[in-house]
Amino acid sequence: MPGQKNHGIEGLLRESAPRALAAVARRFGDFADAEDAVQEAMIDAARQWPAQGRPENPTGWLVNVASRRMIDRIRSEAARRGREDTVAAGEPWVPCAPTEEGRTADDTLLLMFMCCHPALTPASAIALTLRAVAGLSTAEIAAAFLVPEQTMAQRISRAKKTVKDSGEPFAMPAAEEQGERLRSVLRVIYLIFNEGYAVSAGAELARADLAAEAIRLGRIVHLAAPAEPEVGGLLALMLLTEARRPARTDEGGELIPLEEQDRSLWDRELIAEGGALLGEALARGAVGEYQLQAAIAAEHGKALRPEQTNWSEIVALYGLLEQVTGNPMVALNRAIATAMVEGPEAGLALIDELDEKLGDHHRLHSTRAHLLEEAGDSRAAAAEYERAAELTRSTPERNYLTKRAARLNRGG
Amino acid sequence: MKFMLLQDYGGVPADVPPMTEWTPEEVSAHITYQKDLNAELTERGEFVDARGLSTPELAKFVVWDESGSPVVTDGPFPESKELLAGYRIIDVESAERAVEIAAQGSAAPGPGGRPIKQRIEVREVMGPPITH
Repeated sequence: MPGQKNHGIEGLLRESAPRALAAVARRFGDFADAEDAVQEAMIDAARQWPAQGRPENPTGWLVNVASRRMIDRIRSEAARRGREDTVAAGEPWVPCAPTEEGRTADDTLLLMFMCCHPALTPASAIALTLRAVAGLSTAEIAAAFLVPEQTMAQRISRAKKTVKDSGEPFAMPAAEEQGERLRSVLRVIYLIFNEGYAVSAGAELARADLAAEAIRLGRIVHLAAPAEPEVGGLLALMLLTEARRPARTDEGGELIPLEEQDRSLWDRELIAEGGALLGEALARGAVGEYQLQAAIAAEHGKALRPEQTNWSEIVALYGLLEQVTGNPMVALNRAIATAMVEGPEAGLALIDELDEKLGDHHRLHSTRAHLLEEAGDSRAAAAEYERAAELTRSTPERNYLTKRAARLNRGG
Repeated sequence: MKFMLLQDYGGVPADVPPMTEWTPEEVSAHITYQKDLNAELTERGEFVDARGLSTPELAKFVVWDESGSPVVTDGPFPESKELLAGYRIIDVESAERAVEIAAQGSAAPGPGGRPIKQRIEVREVMGPPITH
């Protein structure tokens, strides 16, 4: 098939690009310009490789072409300023040597740290990560986020400028900073995953690929930092969540709640892989929010039927997660789990304590609606579903809540 | 977060005459202002789409009819002030930023180069579920 070869080259390019970028950024000490140069080298490669055959060392090829572009840039910059002496400073470089293993892992992390720089907004960090580490084109990223290509190009170039202006060199941050930086990286990957996971049908189908990209990024970071428990925890969480995707919506894209999902559609391989990763992470003894969320997802994954769910364990896990994150949204989930163990009234009592903290939040109303329905108070439940439907910003969620309210109002 | 910024024909103070009564320079200045705003939004990585709609003169109201042929009402309409004049779609970090951009749109110049204070309706575009 004619498409086959190109697809192979595309995959090869996407794998080689981050390594080439790290090498060029190291050599010239400039992440932003190196990113441009590697992008241009990738365009050259996509043109030349299919005709001339792929090079023996694709990363080295990209590094050399990108480096030449960097030098051209420095030269013309210098010529513009009329200061030839700067050329000499930029020029000495050796042809690319094969990258050592240890450095590759460091480089991957370093790239992620640059892309998820604390000075960047989440949307910018996401765009930069998808291009510089995942190797997606600007057009692909623009399509995934439903904005024009030019807008996405600007978002990426502004992000690079922000990183450049921060003055941070392309070098590992001090050891005491690395933990915080790694947390930013994990958050960005998780945001990408959620963007993709949230969509599973209809016109926005292309966005579903973002979940696969996030998992791929999670695997890359896990390879680079296998001893970090939260890295394993996040990858496990994504795999365990992704496993449920086939059962999560109906053919029309409408949401199906967990207890009504056809569990035979859950991907058992992903559940097994996620469970194993989680086991390794937990064994390292430094629990964190991703491991806890993964542990909850793993509990659901173990239950072949809803009534086999170990809700006491899930209540305990949500309790820990609440302590770790201090996020009141977690308390809503704990209320639902508590209701499964002790009955809806116990859950409702927990929710009443959250009124002040959460205010008029749609999820507070939808959770209360659900528990009121369980408790048999259809009228109050319908009113809460209606309020939740008014406040949500998600179309499938609004459809679901509206149907729920309508059903109760009809007495069914 | 995506927002749609909408403007209708009614949201302009009573003392602002219709655009056809402005000087050509004032009309140009207004159009340039809108284009510059779109360019600025693109440059900031926030622009999604911006369109003006054809006039209410050309609008049609369509209602399904049991007989099989829909009932089509042509303009102009007495309630044309309620009709949409145009919209902008933006992709921003926060609701506050959407309000800021709407305010910029509202400041587009009119007669004498003064902001016409067009009322802009700010609506968040719904999306997929935010969590799972």
